[in-house]
Amino acid sequence: MKDFKTLKKNLKTIPAGLSSVKVALLGDTATQFLATAIRGEGVDRGLDINLFEADFNQVQQQFFDPGSELYAFQPDYIVVFQSTHKWLAQHALRDESGKAQLADERLDFVRTICSLTNARIIYLNYPEIDDSVFGSYANRVPTSFIWQVRKFNYHLMELSQQIQNLFVCDVSALQAKFGRDLFFDASVYTSTEMILSIDALPWVSARILDILCALRGRFKKCLILDLDNTIWGGVVGDDGMEGIQLGHGLGIGKVFTEFQMWIKKLKDRGIILCICSKNDEDKAKEPFEKHPDMVLRLDDIAVFMANWDTKVDNIRAIQQILNIGFDSMVFLDDNPFERNIVREHIPDITVPELPEDPADYLEFLYAQNLFETASYSATDKDRTKQYQVEAQRTSYAKSFKDEAAFLRSLNMVSKVEGFTRFNTPRVAQLTQRSNQFNLRTVRYTEGEIAAVAENPDRIPIAFSLKDKFGDNGLICVIILEKLDADSLFINTWLMSCRVLKRGMEDFTLNTIVAVAREKGVKRIIGEYLPTPKNGMVREHYDRLGFKPLGEGRYELRLDEYTDRTCYIQIESE
Amino acid sequence: MERNEIFSRLEEVFRDVLDNDEIVLTDTTTADDIEEWDSLTHIQLIVAIEKTFQVKFTSKEILSWKNVGELADCIQSK
Repeated sequence: MKDFKTLKKNLKTIPAGLSSVKVALLGDTATQFLATAIRGEGVDRGLDINLFEADFNQVQQQFFDPGSELYAFQPDYIVVFQSTHKWLAQHALRDESGKAQLADERLDFVRTICSLTNARIIYLNYPEIDDSVFGSYANRVPTSFIWQVRKFNYHLMELSQQIQNLFVCDVSALQAKFGRDLFFDASVYTSTEMILSIDALPWVSARILDILCALRGRFKKCLILDLDNTIWGGVVGDDGMEGIQLGHGLGIGKVFTEFQMWIKKLKDRGIILCICSKNDEDKAKEPFEKHPDMVLRLDDIAVFMANWDTKVDNIRAIQQILNIGFDSMVFLDDNPFERNIVREHIPDITVPELPEDPADYLEFLYAQNLFETASYSATDKDRTKQYQVEAQRTSYAKSFKDEAAFLRSLNMVSKVEGFTRFNTPRVAQLTQRSNQFNLRTVRYTEGEIAAVAENPDRIPIAFSLKDKFGDNGLICVIILEKLDADSLFINTWLMSCRVLKRGMEDFTLNTIVAVAREKGVKRIIGEYLPTPKNGMVREHYDRLGFKPLGEGRYELRLDEYTDRTCYIQIESE
Repeated sequence: MERNEIFSRLEEVFRDVLDNDEIVLTDTTTADDIEEWDSLTHIQLIVAIEKTFQVKFTSKEILSWKNVGELADCIQSK
């Protein structure tokens, strides 16, 4: 972790070409250093943060005055930092019944501020202060401070499930990891009203930026693992399958078992696992098939690369198969030499500097918080399966000479529907995850997707795709906007890269045109907004027969359109 | 610790934290003499000095120094 001084130096010369984002910071203590740390951390993440810092202790005024600087600033994100410390002082001044109301009143306040803005609110929860008035007996006393703090933090989680623009930044977990004595410096507080120690600032700002970046579609999707001395102890090629350290018997085997349990949980929540190891393939796979103490099995792994090519080549091959950016990948390897080579050749990939002792791997990785996310849906656990099927499909395609014959033989069927209660989480998630095949890269939260579904001037369409190999799930999202009586505008056209080269674009356009004809409009307007990642669709509208209007806009006249050939059937109800 | 050693280490801390290699400290140097030294960077300096000299200042001490000389006295007394 960079120290505060280094983050501050980031701001001396902000590199050109960073994305600009507007963040407001409201707190009830002195927040100047936190503001500096957030902006400095932003630079490291490619963001030029335009930060509005409210005057000292103005959280209420800024939210409740409709003419406040906060609303005039029109922030994309509002970071709210109300401190446990100031709350403790309020607790002290209250009578017994007032103390009992502390958490509920603050929860009402959070609920209210969320309803006053459309900006995303990143709310810092409360690191515990045990005032030791009751000792451990406080756990029996609802008016005790610790009871109220824990009650608040717990109900805040529930609140963030209900309120779509509320995101909790878990500073409490962070303090649990590093300890209150690192987080709070009494003499700094006394002389400056600053509640976070200088050493805590980089951690807190990193957690805030983790959330902000995830909301902007930047998060990790894939974990690539070395084998020997990374997920088991020893070298399987030398020690044999029986000789590797795993489980509660041999050596420090339990360390690796627990490490694998963590990795398995990541996989179950949607992180794609891949193997990249210098080994003979059969020897490398044997523990996955036969070792009784392996937690990870072959069907947990999307791409298994065990050979004697360089790791750089293998990671590039994995990237080709998965079709996701290097910046969404994490590579774990115990060998510092391999780590450096990979960093040098693939600068965008994240390669944590694993500690020397494998016993330290987990606590080290917990602190890195590599896998922040802005969404989670129950189908995420199937993602690995889908990439495995994709690998099968690729080898099947090679047996055809003619692309049309291949596509026809897939027996593709697409389900076309609006946005519903059931598909809203997945639709929102796709708008956040899709970077490459995404024409305008508009990100939506679940709440915003639900609002689109209700808006009479919007036409939402969601596509799912099945074929003989399996179900790809919901893979394409369209949002059409009524511009005027004659025109529809394609506000959103995005597609998962899992289904490239299947004619899904043609099928989608046929569907859009059918909808447009039903509405009686004459033309459809599309727009391409370039980002560093969506070069793949630069010529999307040209390819589909739209006429350029200039400035990234395109037009398709319906009277000139005939349905495009494709090999996808509409699923009948 | 010798007073001139304290001063040379203090100078290093000031130059590093305030990002200015031209800073020279004397007994009578105050915040008015150094552009980058304000109430905010002051606290960064204190924390960095505490780490460098492995001492801990009391809140009262932090508010009491009138110049770098008094700060050096305080370090020397620890």
